[in-house]
Amino acid sequence: MNPRRVLVYFPTFARGYLRNPLGLFMSLIFPVILILIFGAVFSSSGTSPVPLAVENLDQNSPASVGFLAALNATGAVTVNLVSPTVGNLSDYLAHHSLSAGLVIPAGFDAAVAQHLPVQLTVYTNPASGGEAGIVLGAVEGVTNGLNLRLANGTPIVTSVSLTVGSPLYRYIDFLIPGLIGFSVLVSPMFSMVNIGSTWKRDKLFRQLSLTPLTRGEWLTATLLWYVLLAVVSAGLLVLVGGLAFGAHVTLTLLSLPLLVVGPILFVALGLLAGSVSSTPETAGVIGNIITFPMMFLSGTFFPVSLFPSWLVPVAKVLPLYYVVDGLNGAMVYDNPSAVYSDILIVVILAVGLAVAATRFFRWRED
Amino acid sequence: MSESVEVERLVKVYGSLRAVDTIDFTVRSGEVFSFLGPNGAGKSTTVEILEGLRRRTSGSVRVLGEDPWSSLDRIKRRIGVVPQDFHFFPTITPREGLRLYARLFDRRVDPDELLARVELLDKADARYDSLSGGQHQKVGVALALVNDPEICFLDEPTTGLDPRARRSVWEVIRRLRKEGRTVFLTTHYLDEAQQLSDRIAIIKRGKLIATGAPDELIAVFGRPARLRIVGEAALADRLRERGHAVTPDNGGLEVELRSKAEAVEILDAVASSGLRWQSFSTKSDTLEDVFIRLVGGARDEGNGPSVAEARP
Ligand SMILES: Nc1ncnc2c1ncn2[C@@H]1O[C@H](COP(=O)(O)OP(=O)(O)O)[C@@H](O)[C@H]1O
Ligand SMILES: [Mg+2]
Repeated sequence: MNPRRVLVYFPTFARGYLRNPLGLFMSLIFPVILILIFGAVFSSSGTSPVPLAVENLDQNSPASVGFLAALNATGAVTVNLVSPTVGNLSDYLAHHSLSAGLVIPAGFDAAVAQHLPVQLTVYTNPASGGEAGIVLGAVEGVTNGLNLRLANGTPIVTSVSLTVGSPLYRYIDFLIPGLIGFSVLVSPMFSMVNIGSTWKRDKLFRQLSLTPLTRGEWLTATLLWYVLLAVVSAGLLVLVGGLAFGAHVTLTLLSLPLLVVGPILFVALGLLAGSVSSTPETAGVIGNIITFPMMFLSGTFFPVSLFPSWLVPVAKVLPLYYVVDGLNGAMVYDNPSAVYSDILIVVILAVGLAVAATRFFRWRED
Repeated sequence: MSESVEVERLVKVYGSLRAVDTIDFTVRSGEVFSFLGPNGAGKSTTVEILEGLRRRTSGSVRVLGEDPWSSLDRIKRRIGVVPQDFHFFPTITPREGLRLYARLFDRRVDPDELLARVELLDKADARYDSLSGGQHQKVGVALALVNDPEICFLDEPTTGLDPRARRSVWEVIRRLRKEGRTVFLTTHYLDEAQQLSDRIAIIKRGKLIATGAPDELIAVFGRPARLRIVGEAALADRLRERGHAVTPDNGGLEVELRSKAEAVEILDAVASSGLRWQSFSTKSDTLEDVFIRLVGGARDEGNGPSVAEARP
């Protein structure tokens, strides 16, 4: 492996990619268009804050008041205090046709001060759909922020949701890691399937093998290009999502391994599909069979938690699921331990596919 | 070294097909050596083995003193290759391609000078996919010259080109020879082999059936010179009586000449026979006759005489 030759070859590969408008469109422009479309469709329904009935049993304590102020400041909910004398809040909600409520227990302030566990109770009405998600998301967000300040992220304050509702964050927050995953998948897959098959047909690998460039150097330059594309695409999506829709996602350091290993995985998979196929036409079909289910079923456009339960195992056999799940953990939830296991799975898959691909991806013929 | 390529008992088997069947030859430094044979004879297989791109089944191969398969890294810096069906990256321009190759080979080469040598300077900045077949071939030749190779392998460089483009490729080959490079050419065009080569090897179904300079091939494999006479049919019997080898030839007859004196003898006999005759001429084999006799049926394909393999 000669790094000089990797760098010499890199611009040639990049130029070839950039001169094909379709590749650039699929990897950088299309995901941005998707985010603009999906973002516009879904943010229009979530603009007005959801009224949240709050029963504060820790009357006017500094911690509880601060918590509620923070909750109000999210803009996602409007806090409406109800008298602690109403008793059971769920009856109150039903009686007044309200869809969301929060109970702050007595002793909240003391618990927070002493870093002792304390639990909030959130009521939502599943029938109100999106609102439930918004409420849970807002409570979860403020709770996380508080925990972070209190004890470096150790959960002190936890909330318990008394109805089943899983979308905790705004849709746009999911959409950004999902679309980054989309880009991580699509840009290597579509072009590597094509390169693996047409370059084989046109004997372009043979042509390269007549120069000092080695297979490993070629692969390294190619991987560098797709990693660069993934990082640029991720930056672009975070920027557009933040500017256009106020999405709360950050490109944390933890997302970087996924933006590196993810493209490697799909370069290997694309190259494998392209190399085993006898013609570019077959390769195209195989590539689509692999790519399309992954594109929709890995939590790219919709969180897997919203899938019907029979579809969840399907998502979990798709490599992209772990990339998207990891990116969600790293960029939205700030949940490192889940991300580590996702990274591990992606690394194992990438290594396995790379080994398989190098078995079929030959420059010389026997 | 006087031998650039040495091949001994080379065999290549694909499944049950012996594509190259125990061939021996050597290519001398500085010569143009042509592999002449019909499609499917095993030319590309042999060339690719010499270029280190294909593994041989058995036999020994030395290119510039090395085994090309195991020493490809070293060998590829010393050889230039224009493969059959040369293709290049569609969106790249000739100048960019040459610059890439120069950097990969770590050589100071002026792309424009190479492009001028193959008469392609005016297309230096055109995308490869916008060039014609002949121009593609020239890009291939220019790329093969980036590393200043000692041997150039050209696998059917003119197949499918129009006559003008063919001639311009021929010019390039002549120039390579003048520059002192060894050229290994494969072709199924007879005129091409005859005009360009110092030596020719004729390959048929994986076997070499003749090797030598064009004149040697004619001398060794051609039939003896013949005297052709157009005249009365009775002449044939008259000449046979005198012990000459006579065969009828449409509208006339042919007499094999075993010596120069025999021609005078025959004409004498014809004149003194009193029979009528219209014309006579001498005939000797061309390389094409030799080739047809060695390889099988002839077929005119595209730009020049070529030979199709006779099916068993
Ligand atoms: N990779 C391969 N696998 C199987 N058979 C092959 C392969 N390459 C060539 N052949 C066969 O070997 C024979 C010689 O082919 P080739 O060397 O390409 O001939 P030429 O270059 O003289 O036309 C042909 O019958 C061809 O079909
Ligand atoms: Mg051939």
